[in-house]
Amino acid sequence: MIRFLIRRILLGIFVLFGVSLITFLIARVIPSEPAARWIGPRATAEQIAAAKVELGLNQPLFMQYINYIKGLFTGDWGVSITSHQPVLKELLIFLPSSLEIILGGMLIALIVGIPLGVLTAVYKETWIDHLSRGISIGGVSIPAFWLAMILQLIFYQYLGWFPLGERVSTETALLYPIETITGSNLIDSAVQGNWVYFSDALNHSILPMLTMAAFPLGVVTRMTRSSMLEVVGEEYMRVTKAFGFSSGVRTFKYALKNAMGPTITSLGLTFAYALTTTFLIESVFTWPGLGLYTSNAILSSDYPVIMGVTIFVTAAYLIVNLLVDITLAILDPRIKVNVE
Amino acid sequence: MDVLLDMKNVKVDIKTRSGTFAALDLEHLWINRGETVALVGETGSGKSMTASAIMKLFPTNKAKITNGEILFEGQDLVSWSERKMEKVRGKSMTMIFQDPMSSLNPVFPIGEPMVRMICKHLGVGKKEAKKTAIEALSFVGLPDPKGMMKRYPHELSGGQRQRVMISMAMACKPKLLIADEPTTALDVTIQLQILYLINQMKEKQGTSILFITHNLSVVSHIADRIAIMYGGRIIETGRTKEVFRSPRHPYTKMLIDAIPSVTNDRERLPVIEGMIDRSIEGCPFANRCPKARRECSTQGMPKLEGSSQDHMAACFFPLEEVPALV
Ligand SMILES: Nc1ncnc2c1ncn2[C@@H]1O[C@H](COP(=O)(O)OP(=O)(O)O)[C@@H](O)[C@H]1O
Ligand SMILES: [Mg+2]
Repeated sequence: MIRFLIRRILLGIFVLFGVSLITFLIARVIPSEPAARWIGPRATAEQIAAAKVELGLNQPLFMQYINYIKGLFTGDWGVSITSHQPVLKELLIFLPSSLEIILGGMLIALIVGIPLGVLTAVYKETWIDHLSRGISIGGVSIPAFWLAMILQLIFYQYLGWFPLGERVSTETALLYPIETITGSNLIDSAVQGNWVYFSDALNHSILPMLTMAAFPLGVVTRMTRSSMLEVVGEEYMRVTKAFGFSSGVRTFKYALKNAMGPTITSLGLTFAYALTTTFLIESVFTWPGLGLYTSNAILSSDYPVIMGVTIFVTAAYLIVNLLVDITLAILDPRIKVNVE
Repeated sequence: MDVLLDMKNVKVDIKTRSGTFAALDLEHLWINRGETVALVGETGSGKSMTASAIMKLFPTNKAKITNGEILFEGQDLVSWSERKMEKVRGKSMTMIFQDPMSSLNPVFPIGEPMVRMICKHLGVGKKEAKKTAIEALSFVGLPDPKGMMKRYPHELSGGQRQRVMISMAMACKPKLLIADEPTTALDVTIQLQILYLINQMKEKQGTSILFITHNLSVVSHIADRIAIMYGGRIIETGRTKEVFRSPRHPYTKMLIDAIPSVTNDRERLPVIEGMIDRSIEGCPFANRCPKARRECSTQGMPKLEGSSQDHMAACFFPLEEVPALV
């Protein structure tokens, strides 16, 4: 297990190097004048030349890359050309807010999807199964931005249950402020026991999380269903019955653990989807997160930000995949053998 | 003798797309306490279906018991609910299967289901159950039974897995063990060890055994009585020695003649030609039987008959009884 982890982490670092090199080169190849943007619209030639020195753009490309890599390790991820703020600092502000809806959505998908998948496998070809199939296909095929607007229409416009957008109401933020610890409003307010803030933030995040959950929910439900059906047909499940275990124990204890592998794997795959979907969801719900931050950076060719986001997203994806593999190895003892 | 299991006129139907199919039509099968009965027949003859009927554990939910009674310790299981069956499965009656490679749950250590089952059936705590499980594992001769509890199935060989299955089957000291071709998937050398263990269960715990096999030669050593199946029916049953000495049904005789042995020095073993024809209105073996007459397939199914329950055959024209050598 340890050897497996070390190997995966080394491989991950290798991938990150590759990604950083590619993004670095692309950023330099694209015809834009970062130094000019740095100064502003009325830059003089001298100012631009000075900015080039300041930003290190006068050095050879190779040296620039070396400096960039050095910076990645020492926490200097460059400075945003538009806001003049350190990229890492800004990332750490926007990332938790995106992770909040991504992980929240994933959690909903797991908590609802797994029992629903089991239920539909047990009650195969009944109305429960047909209903859940409908929900799953809908969840997977409805575009996120459209679903987001439908949810807004129903729960804000007609029912008035949830707010339209933003992470928290301005009054709450002013009257019951919280300190930033993790950057996730939900966690921070819960840790500080500020339940007024917590419930307000929760109210705001439910619709974005539901939108985020739709796709993984569909995938998880269908995956759990089909792998449960496969496992239930296995000989060892009949043996389990022959030893007198009740259907509850058989399903939730002995079948489910076998069926979880494909579900976890497919959930890991939907993470890539979630990262791109958060861009759309954030713009519909005016949710200040990574997506909004990145779209602005792309529009203004703010290459240090774009590079930073790319590195971050790659790292997040690698970590999620590692977590998936670790979970699979914990679930199934045979996997370790194959890896080592 | 004290009868443990008594099956009378048990019929099992399987619903298929083209109609219902009579998978089993058992006139009479019984097992006494502390006795080994062998159920022998070619593939598809309904041996596993008989086992499934006793445990009410069918491979498909399309199969249903439509007739008859299955008396276990005097109580008719046919009407029992699934809930009630769960209390006797694994406790009073238990089963081991043909393929040990697929019988064990791959993601749980050996000891986990054992301990859970013992807790459930014997009503003991975890610690006590663990002790019982370790005893059972050492009874079947597995090395390091304590460490074995934490091993996973993929770390064991086929023979070891079948030993684990037997230890799980015997852990609660059941009254009936059904062994459905437990050695078919194993090497010949290991087959004997498994047979020995199953026999030990009878000797040490007084467990009755229904031993299912398609291999008649395996049976002669361990079975007190045998029942020969053909086309979902029992066509001959009796004390093992009696049946081997003087088979009454032509099919049984052909099976015995087909056993390879040292004294059987023919170049080629005899082959029973043809395939079973389930559409026949009469003796199901009629189309393959060398002794068949026209009446065999017209006057309905033959009934199990004989001078005593020690030897009966379902044949309109049974073979002459071979006189016993005194
Ligand atoms: N899962 C199943 N679905 C449909 N038919 C089955 C199934 N299992 C067994 N059968 C049928 O039931 C009959 C008896 O089969 P079985 O008891 O498994 O035979 P044996 O164990 O003697 O080889 C066979 O004709 C077989 O085709
Ligand atoms: Mg069989």
